[in-house]
Amino acid sequence: MNTNETQFAVSIMVDHDKCIADKGCRICIDVCPTDILTLDDEGKIRMSYDECWYCLPCEHDCPTKAIRVEIPYLLR
Amino acid sequence: MNTQHLETDFLIIGGGTAGPLAAIKARQKSPNTRVLLLDKANVKRSGAIAEGMDSVNNAVIPGYATPEQYVREITIANDGIVNQAAINAYAVRSYDMIQELDAWGVKFDKDETGDYAVKKVHHLGAYVLPMPEGYNIKKVLFKQIRKLGVDISNRLTATRLLLGADGRIAGALALDSRTGDFVVIRARAVLLCTGAAGRLGLPASGYLFGTYENPTNAGDGYSMAYHAGAELSGLECFQINPLIKDYNGPACAYVTGPFGGYTVNAKGERFIKSDYWSGQMMWEFWRELEGGNGPVFLKLDHLAEETVEKIEHVLHITERPTRGRFHEGRHTDYRRNLVEMHISEIGLCGGHSASGVWVDEHARTTVPGLYAAGDLCNVAHNYMLGAMVYGQIAAEDALEFIADKELAELDVAAIEAERERIYAPLERAEGLSPAKVEYKLRRMVNDYLQPPKVTAKMEIGLQRFAEIRADLEQLKARNPHELMRVMELYAILDCAELAARASLFRTESRWGLYHYRADYPERNDANWFAFVQVKKNAHGEMEIFTRPVPDYLYPLTEKERKAYSDIRIEDTTLAA
Repeated sequence: MNTNETQFAVSIMVDHDKCIADKGCRICIDVCPTDILTLDDEGKIRMSYDECWYCLPCEHDCPTKAIRVEIPYLLR
Repeated sequence: MNTQHLETDFLIIGGGTAGPLAAIKARQKSPNTRVLLLDKANVKRSGAIAEGMDSVNNAVIPGYATPEQYVREITIANDGIVNQAAINAYAVRSYDMIQELDAWGVKFDKDETGDYAVKKVHHLGAYVLPMPEGYNIKKVLFKQIRKLGVDISNRLTATRLLLGADGRIAGALALDSRTGDFVVIRARAVLLCTGAAGRLGLPASGYLFGTYENPTNAGDGYSMAYHAGAELSGLECFQINPLIKDYNGPACAYVTGPFGGYTVNAKGERFIKSDYWSGQMMWEFWRELEGGNGPVFLKLDHLAEETVEKIEHVLHITERPTRGRFHEGRHTDYRRNLVEMHISEIGLCGGHSASGVWVDEHARTTVPGLYAAGDLCNVAHNYMLGAMVYGQIAAEDALEFIADKELAELDVAAIEAERERIYAPLERAEGLSPAKVEYKLRRMVNDYLQPPKVTAKMEIGLQRFAEIRADLEQLKARNPHELMRVMELYAILDCAELAARASLFRTESRWGLYHYRADYPERNDANWFAFVQVKKNAHGEMEIFTRPVPDYLYPLTEKERKAYSDIRIEDTTLAA
């Protein structure tokens, strides 16, 4: 259940070596229906809320294929 | 907190399926009309078809089906409670819409001669048109939207509609879930197309966002229409779907059926003649699960390698493309293993069942200048193509409506009251988190509203809902994102209460599992051959009443009337 808001297993994996957020790319943040991807203090894309619908626009629209979405643990 | 003021002619709330078509049709017909398309997410990837669609479930294509046949089938599948004129308005425009989408670049399945390859999945007629490459549909629609110069505002969560002094629509209020801005939008006509109430019941997995519907579809439109005084209809006719267990996505019978896949019980036997989703089909599914013959499975292991590959090619790339990833994790291979199915949590949805904002065949709600389309409106079994057609119908009628109308005056008191409601959880120093309250509310929905419906349970449920309503005064949001979740929570709670009250009102059973009342197990046409309507009256109270079923365009014969009750394969019938 989603009752512990401070700690959850991230199910959206970002390969920061491939990610071009430092060049200003925000595509995954833009297309996520539930708006759970954010830019952290170091300028890296991260999953900030345990609200993933495992739908894949972030992965499909990423220009460098830096994202891999896994099925959230409770459903696996 | 900043306040933004926007002004438009035709405001469309919801950029998923109906919304883009309404915007396109309005601009095609009247290039000088200002159209604003609002979305809680991003129009490029929002709504039920964010990752495309694997088939048209209700194509009415000459040579395969006629509007009359289709209207009869949907009437029968809904136990007679339909406005045939509204279903017919879709049916007669269905083929034109398919051709237009085709011309824009949406890929439909065709045979060697170039004809649409329609398949039979319904109990009686053939209406299923596969879309093996249907993943690109949002991109195709977005291209048209851009071409026609539609204004778009993403990440705006609409929270309330505004009415003028004369009761006519005046606009809407919204929260920007990124900046936290308060947005006041004036419009001469408004189309609500915010999708189903898909975050009503709690998935068996316990994961709040593990829903069948796109979880952004939290029931906002049901709540907004209700508070604006519009009639809602059929809220007791729940949406319950047969889905892949835990994954909670479609299996999907419409795709696999034409290839030879079907549903079986634990003994490996078929128990239903038709996998088309209806309350009657869900009733048989539920009896099988609960009666000792479960689990229920989707069976594909008898199919040839080439066929399985074709099925995978559709199911693992469109609509819910993580299906393959889920099966892989559980070591399920269609070639060797059955796919375990279950029954979903409840939701409200016009597009799949019949619960929605009441509209007539012009997509008009009962509030002047307010339209509804798509899964949110109560035109039964309308699905994706019906959403698009109703977007078109709404746009055409709205253009006529606004021709002689000025913007209605804004209700300043209503705006200030809403500003206070929205921002209270942000200003509170501490309190309950929206996720925690949502979990509890949706668990209560499961406990007390999941059919079979029991009077005593639903009454307890209403008490719990009232207590949770009081708890909303203690919610704390730490940022605009969480504030959006709080606003959704208000809508989910409204939907839960509306669903319970409409269910208690109809003292009979109808639509198979969708409205099976243990205390009133029989269908009672003498008293209940009518719609159940809910609205907020002038005193702010919830009013429930019946609305007669309009005379049929195509009357049914006695044999047709019973066609869907006869869906079980008799030799596996349980001793009920």
